[in-house]
Amino acid sequence: MIAVDFLLNIFSDHTVRVVALGAMILGVTAGCLGSFAVLRQQSLLGDAISHATLPGVALAFLITQNKSPIVLLMGAALSGWLGMALVMAITKMTRIKLDTALGMILSVFFGFGLVLLTIIQKLPTATKAGLNKFLFGNAATLLESDVITMSVLGLLAIFLVALFWKEFKILVFDYDFAQSLGLRVHFLDVFLTTLIVITIVIGLQMVGVVLMSAMLVAPAAAARQWTDHLGKMVFLSAVFGAGAGVAGAVTSSLVIHLPTGPTVVIYISFIVLVSLLFAPNRGLLWDWIRAQRGRREIQTTAMLKNMLLFSESQTNPFHPHDIAALRAIGKGALNKTMLELKKRGLVESFAGNRWALTQEGLKMAKHLMEKYEGHLNAYSSS
Amino acid sequence: MLTPQAEIIILASLVAVTCALPGVFLILRRVALMSDAISHAILLGIVVAFFYTKNLASPLLLFGATLVGILTVSLTEMVIRTQKLKKDAAIGLVFPFLFSIGVILINKFATNVHIDSDCVLFGEIAFAPFNRLIISGHDLGPQGSWVMGGILVLNFIFISLFYKELKVSTFDPELAASLGFFPVVIHYVLMALVSITAVGAFETVGSILVVALMITPPAAAYLLTNRLSRMLLYSALLGIFSAVGGYAMAKALDASIAGSMATMSGIIFMVVFIFAPERGLLAKLLFRKWRQWDFATQMLAIHLLQSEMAHAEEKEIIVSHMQDHMLWNSEYTSEVIAQCLEDGLIKKTGDKLSLTSYGREKAKTIISRPP
Repeated sequence: MIAVDFLLNIFSDHTVRVVALGAMILGVTAGCLGSFAVLRQQSLLGDAISHATLPGVALAFLITQNKSPIVLLMGAALSGWLGMALVMAITKMTRIKLDTALGMILSVFFGFGLVLLTIIQKLPTATKAGLNKFLFGNAATLLESDVITMSVLGLLAIFLVALFWKEFKILVFDYDFAQSLGLRVHFLDVFLTTLIVITIVIGLQMVGVVLMSAMLVAPAAAARQWTDHLGKMVFLSAVFGAGAGVAGAVTSSLVIHLPTGPTVVIYISFIVLVSLLFAPNRGLLWDWIRAQRGRREIQTTAMLKNMLLFSESQTNPFHPHDIAALRAIGKGALNKTMLELKKRGLVESFAGNRWALTQEGLKMAKHLMEKYEGHLNAYSSS
Repeated sequence: MLTPQAEIIILASLVAVTCALPGVFLILRRVALMSDAISHAILLGIVVAFFYTKNLASPLLLFGATLVGILTVSLTEMVIRTQKLKKDAAIGLVFPFLFSIGVILINKFATNVHIDSDCVLFGEIAFAPFNRLIISGHDLGPQGSWVMGGILVLNFIFISLFYKELKVSTFDPELAASLGFFPVVIHYVLMALVSITAVGAFETVGSILVVALMITPPAAAYLLTNRLSRMLLYSALLGIFSAVGGYAMAKALDASIAGSMATMSGIIFMVVFIFAPERGLLAKLLFRKWRQWDFATQMLAIHLLQSEMAHAEEKEIIVSHMQDHMLWNSEYTSEVIAQCLEDGLIKKTGDKLSLTSYGREKAKTIISRPP
C-alpha cells in the first residue's frame, strides 16, 4: 500500500507527469526503431548519429540565437543526417569498413560540436546555459511543449514504421530478396535510418547524445531474447524502452545530482541482463538446464549399458551388484544417476547398497544398445 | 625553456602519435569501435581509483582505468560468446552501462572535487603546462608530456617487438594461431595498450576525442598505402598534422583545442578521401572517365579494322556513318575521333577515316587478346 501511495503521490506531481510521459514516448519510439537497427546489425549506427547531432544543436543556436527546442532539434536532425550520409558515402566509395567510418563520424562531429560549444560559451549573450543538457540529458528541465514536440515526432515515426512494416521486414531479414522484388532498397535504407535520426532527436533532451544509442540498442537486445517474431519483438522492445525510460526519468527528477541518461541506461541494462539470463528458451538459464539434462541423460544411458554388460556375464540377469563395482566402471555423479534410474523404475536397490536391473531396465538397456549399435553400423558403413 | 604554447603543441603531437599507432591495428582488425567503448568505460576505473586515492594525478588511476578497459573488452566478448547477441549490440550494451555507472558516481559523490564528467569527456590540454614535473628542484616540463611520452615508448616497443606477430594475427588470425602466435594474447595486449593510451590521453583530449585521434589518421593513411609499415608512419604524420593544425585552428577561433584537433583530423581525412592518388574520389572519377574514353577509342579502331578486313563498302568508314553504327551522338563521335587522331590511331582524309599502321597494330592486339 505504501508503494501505491508513493506512486500516486509521484504521478500527481505535474513535473513528474510531464517527465514520465516524455520518457514513455521516447522509450516506445526508441524501442520500436531500435529493433530494426539491432536486427540489421547496425546497433552502433545510433551511437554515431547521436554524437553527430551535437554540432547541429550548437550551430542552430549560433545562427538563430534561439534556444527553442524545435530550432535546436532541427539542427540536430540535419547534422545527424549528414553524419549518416557521410558514413554511407565513405563505406560505399572506399575500402574503409563500417566500424571505422562510424567511429570517425562520431568523434569528429562531436569534436566539431565541442569547438562550437566553446565558442558559444564565450559569447556575450550568455544564454549558453541549457545546451549542456544535450550531453547527458536532463529530464527535470523538460517542458510540456517539449513533450508535445516529442510526441508528434514519435507518433510520426511509429506511424511510418507501421505503414512500411512489410518493406522494412523484408529489408531486415533478406536484403537481396527485397532487391529482387524490385523494392527500392537504397531508398528504404535511407528512410529507415532517417527514422532512427528522428528517434535520436526525440531523446536528446532526455538522455543526451552520449547515451542515446543505448536507448536504441538495449530494449531491442532484451526483447530479442523473448521472441523470434518481429511484431512481438518490436512490441516488447517498446514496452521495455518505455518502462526503463519512465523509471529512469522519474528517479532522476526526484533525486538531485542524478543525470537522466545514465540512470535510464542502468535500468535498461538490468532488463537486458534479466532477459539474457531468464528469457524462456533463449535464456542462459535454460541453456544451462538443457545442458544438465543432456548430461544426466548420457550418464543414465551409460550406466544402463554397463549394468547390461554386467548382467550378461551372470546366469541371472537380475543379480544385484555392489555399488563399488559399478563405480569402477561408471564415472560422474553415481548416486544421482542411480536414484534417477530408480525413479524411472529401471533399477532396484538391495541391502548393502547393491543394485540390479529390473525387467523394465533390462528391456530398456537392450533397446538402447541396439539403437547404439545401429548408429555405429550406419556410421562405419557410410 | 619552452613557451607554454610550444609545450602544448608538443604534448598534442605526442598524444596524436601515441593514439595513431594502436589505432592502425584497431581499424585493420575491424574493432575500431572498441576504442570508443574503452575510452568511455575507463571513466569508471578513473572514478573508482580516484575515490580510493583522492588524487587525480595518482598512477593508480592509470592502473584502475586500464583494468576497466580490459574488463570492457572481456565483458563484451563474454556477451558475444553466449551467441545471444551480435558483436555490435554487445559493444553497444556493455560500455554505456559501465560509463553510466561512472557518470552517476561522479555526479552523486564528487560534486565538489576537481573531477566532473565534462573534464572527462573533453579534457583540457590548455591546463597541461601548469602541471609540471619537478624532480629535485629541476623543472622538467609538463607532467602530461612525460606520461604521454612514456606511453608512446611503450606502444612503440610493443609494436616493434611484436611487429611480425601483430601483422600476421591482424591479416590472417588462423595462420597466426597455426604458427603458435597466440592471437588471443596479442589481442588482449593490444586492447590493454588501447586502454592505457586512452587513459593517458583522456586528461588532455577527453574520452570521445581520443577516438578521433585513434581512428581518423589511420583511416586516412589506409587510403594512401597498402603497406603496414607505411600506414603506421603516415598515421603518425597525419596525427601530428591534426595536432598542429588543430592548435592553430583553436587559437584562431578561440575554441577548444581538443575539439579543434578532432575537427582537423576530420578535415585531413576529407582531403585524403577526395584527393588520394588511386583510392581518392577524384582519382576514381578520373579513372572511370579515362576508361570510358579508352573504351570508345578502342571500339572505333576495332570497327575500322573489321571494315578493312571485310573490304566493306566505302561508306563504312565515312564519319557520318560512324555515329549510326556505334549509336553515338554526333558531338560524342567527333570527340572520340579527335581523341583517336590525337593518339595517332587513325587518319582522316576528307570525311573518310582509316587506321594508321600504329592503330592497326593496336586494334589487332586488342581483338586477339584472349577474353
